[in-house]
Amino acid sequence: MEAGMSCLTNPPPFWKNGPQPGGIYNFPNSSATHSNTSESQRSAYPIVTGTSVLGLKFNGGVVIAADMLGSYGSLARFRNISRLSKINDSTVIGCGGDYADFQFLSSVIEQRVIDEECLNDGFGFTPKSMFSWLTRVLYNRRSKFNPLWNVYVVAGYQDEQPFLGYVDKIGVAYEAPAISSGFGSHIALPILREEMEKNTNMNENEAIALVQRCMKLLYYRDARSLNKYQYAVITKTGAAIHGPVVPETNWEIAHLIQGYE
Amino acid sequence: MASTVAVELPHGGFSFDNCKRNALLEDKGFKAPKAYKTGTTIAGIIFKDGVVLGADTRATEDTVVADKNCEKIHYISSNIYCCGAGTAADTEMTTQMIASKLELHRLETSRKPRVCTANRLLKQMLYRYHGYISAALVLGGVDSTGPHLYSVWPHGSTDKLPYVTMGSGSLAAMAVFEDRFKPEMEREEAMKLVQDAIRAGIFNDLGSGSNVDLCIITKDKTDYLRTYQEANLKGVRQGTYRYKRGTSAVLKTEVKKIVLEVIDTQVKPQAMDTD
Amino acid sequence: MDSQMNELYGNNGPKQVHFSPYAFNGGTVLAVAGEDFAVVASDTRLSEGFSIHSRDTPKTYKLSDKTVLGSCGFHGDVLTLTKVIGARLKMFEHSHNKKMSTSSIAAMLSTMLYYKRFFPYYVYNIIGGIDDEGKGCVYSFDPVGSYEREAYRAGGSASSMLQPLLDNQIGFKNQEGATVVPLSKEKAVALVKDVFISAAERDIYTGDAIIVQVVTKDGVKTEQFPLRKD
Repeated sequence: MEAGMSCLTNPPPFWKNGPQPGGIYNFPNSSATHSNTSESQRSAYPIVTGTSVLGLKFNGGVVIAADMLGSYGSLARFRNISRLSKINDSTVIGCGGDYADFQFLSSVIEQRVIDEECLNDGFGFTPKSMFSWLTRVLYNRRSKFNPLWNVYVVAGYQDEQPFLGYVDKIGVAYEAPAISSGFGSHIALPILREEMEKNTNMNENEAIALVQRCMKLLYYRDARSLNKYQYAVITKTGAAIHGPVVPETNWEIAHLIQGYE
Repeated sequence: MASTVAVELPHGGFSFDNCKRNALLEDKGFKAPKAYKTGTTIAGIIFKDGVVLGADTRATEDTVVADKNCEKIHYISSNIYCCGAGTAADTEMTTQMIASKLELHRLETSRKPRVCTANRLLKQMLYRYHGYISAALVLGGVDSTGPHLYSVWPHGSTDKLPYVTMGSGSLAAMAVFEDRFKPEMEREEAMKLVQDAIRAGIFNDLGSGSNVDLCIITKDKTDYLRTYQEANLKGVRQGTYRYKRGTSAVLKTEVKKIVLEVIDTQVKPQAMDTD
Repeated sequence: MDSQMNELYGNNGPKQVHFSPYAFNGGTVLAVAGEDFAVVASDTRLSEGFSIHSRDTPKTYKLSDKTVLGSCGFHGDVLTLTKVIGARLKMFEHSHNKKMSTSSIAAMLSTMLYYKRFFPYYVYNIIGGIDDEGKGCVYSFDPVGSYEREAYRAGGSASSMLQPLLDNQIGFKNQEGATVVPLSKEKAVALVKDVFISAAERDIYTGDAIIVQVVTKDGVKTEQFPLRKD
């Protein structure tokens, strides 16, 4: 390494005022990608972020939902981005946290799906394999102190069973009948759990209605949310992303509030 | 001055005597004792005829449950009650102090105290201490001007709203209110809503637990329903864990005779001076 | 004064979100060894901070017909560790054409934990099983690989509540003139349930349900039992 690099670190003037060789361009056969940034500069915090993702199992499938806001700190920077991604006919993932990391991982997944498709052996990602793979990727990135700053909710249908899983940026992963990430775990999850306890055998329409109710609640109380969301339903017959949906909100009680004393 | 002759009684207010010493000790790595925090779910709503207040009954000390059935709905006056979240001692003492001030005010004015008065007293006191008194309160009551409901924050800010929640379970409880609250509810419906809001906190927030307490205040009646619902039944143990007599080891025995001088006294009942 | 104003208005300069590679996800594990059996139990709650992630995530992992592992702490590490153990056990089986014994699994786990001495698995492990002589055994570990064989052991968030109780009830510690009777399987299972009921009363990270796995020469039997959910 040292010997090979010595000519690159102190090269003779190549052209005046031009970039150092390897400084900007990568020359063929030069191992000049020695930018030490790849080893020390990490995404230690998220930039453009998405808020909660909700997920709910019902009899014969799963529904997940996420709003379409990309926040830049407290600025509502992007108001029409999709945080749900359909992997195949039985798998949809939803993402919270850093949007750039989501786009990066989405492109990796897309390439993997294409590679699998090219083999043409009838195999591909299943919800469980997607979930397992995501868990390993996120855990290994955290172990290198270079996390993908995301929470993923994996929803799917496999072996005649609905599947719903959660993975976060440090590799904590679990399956549950109702899942919510971020702020939604405080606001929406109590409602989802209460309704599931009341109605243990929910059908598709009831589940969609419940998730829509929770998305509205999140718009009322999550300052980093938007009244525009998408939801995906995954059943035996396939996966489909619906929306954008703009929920109807009710501000009638506002006039009851006057002052603070 | 007088302290050389007799011990002087404190004048009231907090004692800051040891602040400097404690800061020094803390600098040297001494850990101050921790206070009970009531990681809590408290909530209240206004309904047709009055106010419903609710609270869970768990008090925690870090990750350990310190009290499984504590009271978080505090008395302010017969027509005003106040739920407290935060440091248990702060909520308890603050509400007691305001209750006593309000009682004196009632005797002075010969009028039923108003909720806005209690609110002002609370926020002025809390503001004075810049949030160091960690009391987050839900204050509710009915007075001559109707039902009123406030949330009071540790720094002294207040909100006057038709439905409020506080404590670590406030988001769970607020979700239930946002979902189902409507103005002018009937009493039963309102009680059910507050009960479900507190239950949401009990089951989804680890800082809240055990039972639901309710307090319903209307124009001419206050119902304090302690343990309105036992939300969690204690598990039934299968074994018995009684010890045989003599299981505790006796390490040493010594019998000493106590010499007593027996003096006979009698206390006669006396009427209290009520003039 | 400046620092006071800063504290009041929260202007302490730019703040960076700190990345912590660990979380504490709660949970309690427990193992008891008898003459010819072992009981391994855990609660099924997975939490973080003041929130419950899941009410049904058992923390006992069946490693073979003779060995069960109880594992809790940081769930990301628990998942990774159990996955690696599973792979190592398969590799062993394929190269030696036999299952790894409980004592060997314990020794292997110790080296696996110590291998990560300077970026540890934040995991509390307790192994329960049947040893080479057919006797019940329990091995307990600290997160960096120190381990010992014991008769009973509690680990995780309520361990400091359970351990003294086990010392008293199984070890007959601090009891004068108690008749020491060997622990029966039924008594052990009942005791395990009872101590978890008590732990759920006082530890906020223990609750929802317990999984009890009883290991005998005939294999592993699993039982689930509800706990309070608050």
